[in-house]
Amino acid sequence: MEIKFTEEELAEVNRHISKYPQKQAALMPVLWLAQHKWGWLSTDVMRYVAELLELSLAHVEGVATFYTMYFKKPMGKYHIQVCTNVSCMLRKGDVIFNQVSEHLGIKHNEATPDGIFSLEEVECMGACGGAPMIAINEDFHENVDTPQVLELISKLK
Amino acid sequence: MNKDFPRLVLPNIENLSDFDTYVKNGGFDSFRKAIKMNPDEVTNEVKKSKLRGRGGAAFPTGLKWSFMPKGTDKPKYLAVNGDESEPGSFKDRQIFEYNPFQLIEGILIASWAMGLTASYIYIRGEYHKWVALMDKAVQTAYERGFVGEKMKETFGVDFKTDIYVHKGAGAYICGEETSLMNSLEGKRGYPRVKPPFPAQFGLWGMPTTVNNVETIATVPAILRIGAENYAKIGAEGHPGTLLFGVSGHVNKPGVYELPTGIPLKELIYDVCGGVIGNKKIKAIIPGGSSMPPLRGDEIDGINMDEESLKKFGTHIGTGGVMVMDEDTDIVKVTLRIAHFYHHESCGQCTPCREGCGWMEKILKRIAKGEGTTKDLDLLISVANNIEGNTICALGDAAAWPVRGFVTKFRDEFEKAVSANRSFVARNVVHGKRSTREKLVFNA
Ligand SMILES: Cc1cc2nc3c(=O)[nH]c(=O)nc-3n(C[C@H](O)[C@H](O)[C@H](O)COP(=O)(O)O)c2cc1C
Ligand code: SF4
Ligand code: FES
Repeated sequence: MEIKFTEEELAEVNRHISKYPQKQAALMPVLWLAQHKWGWLSTDVMRYVAELLELSLAHVEGVATFYTMYFKKPMGKYHIQVCTNVSCMLRKGDVIFNQVSEHLGIKHNEATPDGIFSLEEVECMGACGGAPMIAINEDFHENVDTPQVLELISKLK
Repeated sequence: MNKDFPRLVLPNIENLSDFDTYVKNGGFDSFRKAIKMNPDEVTNEVKKSKLRGRGGAAFPTGLKWSFMPKGTDKPKYLAVNGDESEPGSFKDRQIFEYNPFQLIEGILIASWAMGLTASYIYIRGEYHKWVALMDKAVQTAYERGFVGEKMKETFGVDFKTDIYVHKGAGAYICGEETSLMNSLEGKRGYPRVKPPFPAQFGLWGMPTTVNNVETIATVPAILRIGAENYAKIGAEGHPGTLLFGVSGHVNKPGVYELPTGIPLKELIYDVCGGVIGNKKIKAIIPGGSSMPPLRGDEIDGINMDEESLKKFGTHIGTGGVMVMDEDTDIVKVTLRIAHFYHHESCGQCTPCREGCGWMEKILKRIAKGEGTTKDLDLLISVANNIEGNTICALGDAAAWPVRGFVTKFRDEFEKAVSANRSFVARNVVHGKRSTREKLVFNA
């Protein structure tokens, strides 16, 4: 697979570059674009991003590893994030996490062998009023319980 | 709740997130007012309003703005802090969703007052949907000529500024203002040593102000109703309305805009419908998880503003109120909090990196029933050694709640350690270890 953005995506890269006085600042948005396209940030992807922004691979890797939302390994098609921080824990978010983990047979930061699901125990997602909450990829689901989460999961394949 | 409180940041107007609705309801009138004043007058208005930052430290906003150098050719920046990662905080999200143009107008006013080249709205990565909403609102404002080059014509003024949205990627520390600046520059989010302060050496080495989303979104309301009137709302030393985010064991959790100084009891029982199942309250964290907790039996007479809370050894923080009922396992909560700060420590300073690790380890031991009374004093001593000895305030943020819980709920911790006190002794001669099972004392 050739690692290359399309013309359209490159225009988006340039739009990001134009937002900042220095090219380097476009790194985070461009890593987001790359993760969207390729699902995770392999060394080859990071090398490509580094070339685009005239940065060293070491710098790009350093940034990618600092932020937890950039995936350094392939994750499931559906990435399930269960919050277990205090407000969610008070409303049994930790129990939901354990039950989902058991149901899928995977632990924190693991993916199912078929690559459909991955699971992450996350810190507060800024939705504490809707605790307990989970997120599936980019969508928040608030005020949930385990049966509801399992039902959501059963609809995804 | 029948009282009619003013709603300045999240007014009850349908569809306010629509540009035309916002304009129809007086949107951008405050900015028009601002550009008729000279920039320093605007900053003075903000000072007179006694607005204090909503990002955690309650720092006076007008004063912060006045630190920005004047008469320089250097570009100047504003970083609008929408990292919103302090556990228990979920209020800035409401602004992105329900009143994005008031945030944009606030940025324009700040830009005029401080002569800003550009502003960056930094939004946490998990808020994908709200990043998109805010991005769209900014694009709309550009298209309608309210931001950027075209604003000269729209407002008939020789001034332009730019606004951009920047998406984070999962790092609590990036809410710390200097870490946020490094993150914006495309680097790892390590906090910087202060001084130099952002107003001297900020983004790309240029003068920069960092303000919370809610702080900036409040500014148009101040110009609308007048600084003196704003200063009359709520508590004297910390006036205005505040977005309280209440979570945990209450019947109606959510974000409520209320005057500062509202009695904590009123907030919980009248506004949030009381505690689930009518249980008693064991503990309350008043302003996000880094703030020291209050005991349920001391909340009588506590008002929700910085000056009142200070008297009780805690702070308003981000206004994220976490309520815990009588059945809450305090050791478990404290462990969860310690785990969070350990996980989020960037590792630059030894006291924070090691101390957070130690606190989590000791608390784990206590939670497992393997702790001793000595561990409680050890926890306090570790917390004391972190506080004040680090580059950024994450160290304090980790130390305060642990020390607070252990001190205020000493009874609970004593129960957890003494009920199952263990002595693990090594039998050197036979090379055998006496196991805990054999030596447990049930006190
Ligand atoms: C560890 C840490 C995390 C922080 N997180 C946030 C945050 O998520 N949002 C925020 O506005 N301020 C946060 N702050 C406070 C900022 O450093 C800064 O004081 C604030 O954004 C200033 O805005 P204000 O003056 O309007 O309150 C954090 C501080 C620390 C030490
Ligand atoms: S106090 Fe902690 S988070 Fe802050 S700079 Fe030091 S190690 Fe990093
Ligand atoms: S604690 Fe779960 S969203 Fe805040």
